[in-house]
Amino acid sequence: MKVKTPDAFSKGKTPRFEESAKTALADTQLRRNLGKATKTIREKRKVVVEEMPDWEALREAGRSLKERTLRHLDEYLEQLEESVTRAGGHVHWARDADEANRIITSIVKSHEAEEIVKVKSIATDETKLNEHLEREGIHAFETDLAELIIQLAGETSSHILVPAIHKNRAEIRELFVRELGAEGLSDNPPDLANAARLYLRKKFLSAKVGVSGANFAAADTGTVCVVESEGNGRMCTTLPPVLVTLMGIEKVIPSWRDFEVFMQLLPRSSTAERMNPYTSFWTGVSESGDGPREFHLVLMDNGRTDVLADEIGRQTLNCIRCSACLNVCPVYERVGGHAYNSVYPGPIGAILTPQLVGIGKPGPDSLPYASSLCGACYEVCPVKINIPQVLIHLRGKVVRKKQDTGGLKSKLDPENVAMQAVAKVFSDPERFEQAQKLARIGQWPLARNGSIHRLPGRLAGWTETRDLRAVPEQSFREWWKTNRGTN
Amino acid sequence: MRVALFITCFNDTLFPETGRATVRILERLGHEVEFPLEQTCCGQMHFNTGYQREAIPLVRRFVEIFSPYDAVVAPSGSCVGMVRELYPLAAELAGDARLAADIEALAPKVFELSEFLVKKLGVTDVGAYYPHRVTYHATCHSLRMLEVGEAPLELLKNVRGIDLVELPEARECCGFGGTFAVKNADTSMAMLGDKIRHVLDTRAEICTAGDNSCLLHIGGGLHRQRAGVETVHLAQILATTEEDTNP
Ligand code: SF4
Repeated sequence: MKVKTPDAFSKGKTPRFEESAKTALADTQLRRNLGKATKTIREKRKVVVEEMPDWEALREAGRSLKERTLRHLDEYLEQLEESVTRAGGHVHWARDADEANRIITSIVKSHEAEEIVKVKSIATDETKLNEHLEREGIHAFETDLAELIIQLAGETSSHILVPAIHKNRAEIRELFVRELGAEGLSDNPPDLANAARLYLRKKFLSAKVGVSGANFAAADTGTVCVVESEGNGRMCTTLPPVLVTLMGIEKVIPSWRDFEVFMQLLPRSSTAERMNPYTSFWTGVSESGDGPREFHLVLMDNGRTDVLADEIGRQTLNCIRCSACLNVCPVYERVGGHAYNSVYPGPIGAILTPQLVGIGKPGPDSLPYASSLCGACYEVCPVKINIPQVLIHLRGKVVRKKQDTGGLKSKLDPENVAMQAVAKVFSDPERFEQAQKLARIGQWPLARNGSIHRLPGRLAGWTETRDLRAVPEQSFREWWKTNRGTN
Repeated sequence: MRVALFITCFNDTLFPETGRATVRILERLGHEVEFPLEQTCCGQMHFNTGYQREAIPLVRRFVEIFSPYDAVVAPSGSCVGMVRELYPLAAELAGDARLAADIEALAPKVFELSEFLVKKLGVTDVGAYYPHRVTYHATCHSLRMLEVGEAPLELLKNVRGIDLVELPEARECCGFGGTFAVKNADTSMAMLGDKIRHVLDTRAEICTAGDNSCLLHIGGGLHRQRAGVETVHLAQILATTEEDTNP
């Protein structure tokens, strides 16, 4: 259903969440695909989490490790640079997406490579690396099955872990027949995987440069880690002679020993596995030839230090991208990832995107409101990010920014006017009581038999599918005064 | 113990029967209930919609009015959640350490009705009689913010005559979410659609919960569909006794 539209990290305006959600909600096939997929993974996760007696202690350990890292981020990053350099790697610092893309492109060009292989990396989606490379005449091949699917379809990811969650296997079969010329292919998952494997194998063997993201990097040893389930990451990080890794600065962890915590938290939370199938660790370059002979680590800020500066928002950087919050989110389950117009969808996207791109843009500003604040995300988050709290905090920032810089237009905004008026009513019990009486009188053209079937203006959204109970004859306080005295 | 009723602006205006039921239960258990008439609103709608500076005066009022009591009881998990979880943020935003300290002292004394009955008073049987088929929806804020756990169900199980049926996916949000229901009306409806389907699957006559805001939403959808299922606040079920001819 999806064509490539600008997202929060590309140039140009993005639609507001509620507009995109409207379209997504009308797609019944999408609803079924998502409902089924998220339910399966939710239930599997529950089983493997509940069997861990110390799960809560692990979560707390994960949270506090991340918090400590963020508190001393500058020191850990410098230590990481030292360790990687000592192990024969090169470290580059990128202030923003453009700088990261330029660094990576110039490395690829210096090896005269026209094709590169990639293992799934959201950081490179954030910088739009593939598009940048394409403009420079370099083609990037995605090697993760789901990433390949959406690359062939010319779409964007809709889930941080299973990017093609919005597609079912019949749709994938059709795509492979069309794009890979795989005649007579069945829609059996192993057959589909095999078709992709045949196509990709050639690319792995011929590519001079591999590009990856990073799940973690240990500051003390300089060891970088990629976690995946198909083995394609292992090949990307070992077969090409040159490896370039793009990593957000918040991915550093203090020590090699800390993997103990994260390697337990991540697989169970993300794919609901007890142990992750392919976990690649590498420290600098390989002398023996069973890995890259040249290694570049690009450390990217791109808005992260701004997030760090916000005391409440900061916890967002704890995220280990497990995607558990997406799978339990009742909003995500119904609208899917594309409605968020960002490479980071779901609850984590709703708090990360507006912070990374900055408050004050209509599309991203609508994301903190894309939640009923049910708290299911916080309950599962392996690093205990209080997502509802951050959502509410960001809503405050959105409103304050509008009020403080929006001039007269924002003052006259109907929501703002209504909120100011209601706040005034609530500031005084007598005014409140008068308002209750007025509401009772004012509703007479709308109310029939104790309910309201159609509301005017902005509130019409309520009565599109719901009746509203009419204001009853007597408020509670009126009853109290009559029956219990004035206290 | 001086017990104050915090009715919430929403119940005060739209669901006075829930307030009356709460008073009835507490009085039946031998408590004298006070209702400070200066109370209005906890500020949740403003705070959660982003109008946080506007919420601060409401937070101050609440703290001033309710601090003198030993216990504050409200028939709403969501408003109690506001006080316990978000008031500290409001104090931080206001940059007011005094307010923060007052909130710290007050917050543990503010209870949602079912948790007050079960956890504070240790009562699980309130002597209610309610001969109907009932299903219980666990509202998100009572479940995840307040962690009331099984308290509402324990109370319901001890109601005489009740036919209590489990709601499938009871822990899933109904899609209300305050201004979310209007700002993201389409998504809210999609969530409500599934909730209603589950309610109807139980063949219950009554759907109950500890928050009238969620019930207004679920009930509004059921009423629009003329589904014949009524939504009734937990307090009203617990207040009903055999003497009530017309429950
Ligand atoms: S916010 Fe938490 S639950 Fe969501 S992806 Fe990040 S670590 Fe996982």
